Amino acid sequence: MTAIVNVFLKNGVLDPQGKAIHHALDAMNFEGVEDVRMGKQIVLKLHSTNKEEALKEVEKMAEEILANTVIEDYTIELI
Amino acid sequence: MKHVAILQFPGTNCDLDTKYAFEKLGCSTTVVWHKEKTLPQNTDLVVVPGGFSYGDYLRSGAIAKFSPIMEAVKIYANDGGKVLGICNGFQILTEAGLLPGALKRNIGLHFISKFQTLKVVNNNNDFLQKCHKDEILNIPIAHADGNYYIDEEGYKALEANDQILVRYANEVGEPMVVNGSVTSIAGICNKNKNVFGLMPHPERALELILGSQDGVKMLEGLIA
Repeated sequence: MTAIVNVFLKNGVLDPQGKAIHHALDAMNFEGVEDVRMGKQIVLKLHSTNKEEALKEVEKMAEEILANTVIEDYTIELI
Repeated sequence: MKHVAILQFPGTNCDLDTKYAFEKLGCSTTVVWHKEKTLPQNTDLVVVPGGFSYGDYLRSGAIAKFSPIMEAVKIYANDGGKVLGICNGFQILTEAGLLPGALKRNIGLHFISKFQTLKVVNNNNDFLQKCHKDEILNIPIAHADGNYYIDEEGYKALEANDQILVRYANEVGEPMVVNGSVTSIAGICNKNKNVFGLMPHPERALELILGSQDGVKMLEGLIA
């Protein structure tokens, strides 16, 4: 099973990298971009075949190291 | 003679500057490799120096917090031992939960390396006891992730407990936006005032020939 963990700065926490990308898009005349958030994606190949078990384990990983929950939120997708 | 333990992770690069600094101030020192599980018996102060531990991979300080020596540092700090984190050391201490808040990418995204004036906010702690309140200090900064963040509730607690140590300020003490930090915070301590963290580098400001010796009265407070 593969787990895809997306980590983003929390809403309300200013994202300087997202802002810089937004400025660049504006400068390139890409109009109609309302907001840009920059995050990271961590892809984990797991031994587990049990979805519930895997989710629990990856949640633990996200809480303990993959995300800093003081400033970041995360989502987990299992495929 | 006070004994200072200086941690060394893969990618730490201020360990020897820090060793030089504390020896110049009359201390004995041990550089402690991160794989060690214990601190020297006679440790009076632990310093987590600056650098790029683990190449800043994932987040600055995120991987260093799981190094074996950090367990010993947590026990030492929880027993009331004094710990100072400088720059990457500050990032490691926030990641490890020894200090509140987090450090984000600088607001302008640049790595900033220059002398910066700071204003002493609270001096009722060991670290800044030799500085005056509102004193202006000239100390180098060198970081890309120094943008201090803490939520509103956390900020109120910092203020209420006099945990804000220094703010980025101009020469007359007005707060300055340097990297986007909440209220221009450059350094804080924990509630018990035995764990300290700051982005500026006092260990680089000990000699006038290098531009400033304002770092002396900062570091001396911790070994008084």
